[in-house]
Amino acid sequence: MSSPAMVADQRKTHDGDDYILEVTNLKKHFPISSGIVFQRQVGAVRAVDGISFNVIRGETLGLVGESGCGKSTTGRTILQLYRPTEGSVKFEGQELSTMAGSDLRQMRRRMQIIFQDPFASLNPRMTVGSIVSEPLQIHKMYNNKQERQQYVEQLMERVGLNPYFINRYPHEFSGGQRQRIGIARALALQPSFIVADEPISALDVSIQAQVVNLMEELQEELGLTYLFIAHDLSMVRHICDRVAVMYLGKIVELGPVDEVYDNPQHPYTQALLSAVPVPDPVVEDDRQRIIIAGDLPNPSNPPTGCNFNTRCPVVFDLCYQEPDPPLIEVRPDHYVSCHRVT
Amino acid sequence: MSALLEVKDLVVRFYTQEGTVYAVNGVSFDLEEGETLGIVGESGSGKSVSCLALMGLIPSPPGKVESGTVVFEGRDLLTLKPDQMRLIRGKEIAMIFQDPMTSLNPVLTIGTQITESLKLHEGMNTTQSRKRAADLLDLVGIPDAYRRLDDYPHQFSGGMRQRVMIAMGLSCNPKLLIADEPTTALDVTIQAQIIELVKQLKDEFNMAMIWITHDLGVVAGIADRIQVMYGGRIMESGSSHEVFRDSRHPYTVGLLGSLPRLDSSGEEKLTQIEGSPPDMRNEPVGCPFAPRCDVREQLQLEKCWEERPPLETVPDASGAEAHIMSCWSDIREGVAENV
Repeated sequence: MSSPAMVADQRKTHDGDDYILEVTNLKKHFPISSGIVFQRQVGAVRAVDGISFNVIRGETLGLVGESGCGKSTTGRTILQLYRPTEGSVKFEGQELSTMAGSDLRQMRRRMQIIFQDPFASLNPRMTVGSIVSEPLQIHKMYNNKQERQQYVEQLMERVGLNPYFINRYPHEFSGGQRQRIGIARALALQPSFIVADEPISALDVSIQAQVVNLMEELQEELGLTYLFIAHDLSMVRHICDRVAVMYLGKIVELGPVDEVYDNPQHPYTQALLSAVPVPDPVVEDDRQRIIIAGDLPNPSNPPTGCNFNTRCPVVFDLCYQEPDPPLIEVRPDHYVSCHRVT
Repeated sequence: MSALLEVKDLVVRFYTQEGTVYAVNGVSFDLEEGETLGIVGESGSGKSVSCLALMGLIPSPPGKVESGTVVFEGRDLLTLKPDQMRLIRGKEIAMIFQDPMTSLNPVLTIGTQITESLKLHEGMNTTQSRKRAADLLDLVGIPDAYRRLDDYPHQFSGGMRQRVMIAMGLSCNPKLLIADEPTTALDVTIQAQIIELVKQLKDEFNMAMIWITHDLGVVAGIADRIQVMYGGRIMESGSSHEVFRDSRHPYTVGLLGSLPRLDSSGEEKLTQIEGSPPDMRNEPVGCPFAPRCDVREQLQLEKCWEERPPLETVPDASGAEAHIMSCWSDIREGVAENV
């Protein structure tokens, strides 16, 4: 299940590639406790349950799945905002899961996050200037106040905000502009890796393209690597190079984005893709939908056997008996975890 | 077929402490029996408010329906007294809301909530209404329906709650079902389940439906007709085929261009609409889309700022007049210049 073999495999195929991030058998379980005075653990929510993947420098890796599948937890555990229960996260060759204190803080300069909700993720009592310059103060960069202000204005201009608004508060901006503030804050320390946790889900349709285009421009200009967490599968196809599909804390399919979208192998990926509506009535009329019944099982009590066996349209005996198989390579760089495929 | 619903020049405003919000500024449309109309728009475009207005559900104060008529089966709903309206709401016109979490009462069982309208409108007693409620839950695909009548909303998942909402909406065989972003809070796989269910039930019950959404993809598959709204106004309306395949309004064109497609690898950059949606606290003068419109900019049209473009019928590709839009320029240049 833990798949060091797979990681080794991936390394072989990508010999020339430079990995910025290597995640091996990462687990994050949240304890469920019971009792008022004497608390004891009665179970665990297995939010992330043993996932392994690498991120190549300069690429955008998409992480998709339904709510509750563990994609946001994965992003946060990688950045050590949650400490992993098990497994290893290597960023630029250094192990993060055992790192703490100032060492970890130093690493955080190079990895940042953009949050989903631009309303909740900005402190309403801070001005844009202080929001964007706070990371600079923490990391003692640009100690000269004037230089700092100049740098912040530059950043604001870069993300499409008028530097004139440096002393305004978040509530004076629209959703799209607030997300730009969040992006400027993430860029302030000149990171090489950014986790974008559903950065456009809360935005209006006509604003989404603006933010996505900005993120693409910045990537090209600054050589950024993104882990793009999203549930909008059409946008993922547009922005990502590779995509990992998660279901109940595990990666079920991983591969280059066009390959996975045109040739999905896992029954869950197939159903997920077929469920996405296309804004074209002619295409919609001809589409075959795979409707999967039921809901996501409770991650504190996952089914025995393969995680997907409660909803899988092509389930058979083995799926109830054996846990989900490791990711195996079905085509070059295309990995699937399914008993049907094995 | 005669129109089931005719909305004319609907104007809704909210008088708040921060000033007047011009939510709906002259909206007219009609709906035939059995037809599905998709209303598409971003937040603040007035799509939900116009439907709340025709249900008589605008909270007043601060809201007020300033003018307009909503004729449903020959009666103007806006002139009805509250108790007359109550006989229509839930019986003739039912509504499903976006968030099944907040639109179900958490302290009442599902059974109580579904049977309420059955008792009120159909005069059923407890035994009859519970039987009917169980049938309805069964119809919307909730297993073990009779037993689940005594469960509370928190015992259902999001998708199941939305099914309960649909069962409630259908309970009195309404002629018109208004679905206000019914799948927005749901995951795509659950969304697909709900859409399939609604499609199938719509035929079974032979109702007309208004489906409000911001997701152009969702309505492409279900609506007969699409109406695109922006800034409290209708920008474009026509058969779903027309609006998606032969869009005429710069806003619709921009919106469709800014959407990545699942069925094509998106190498090229998304075309973006500059700027942000209008602040509805400003009194609308001219076309609400004018500040963001690239066609206006190209053609240097001054009129767009000053005068509100009327909703006019334009001939579609085949020459039939099925396409309505509100714009001073026809983006099919040739047409604009020849006229």
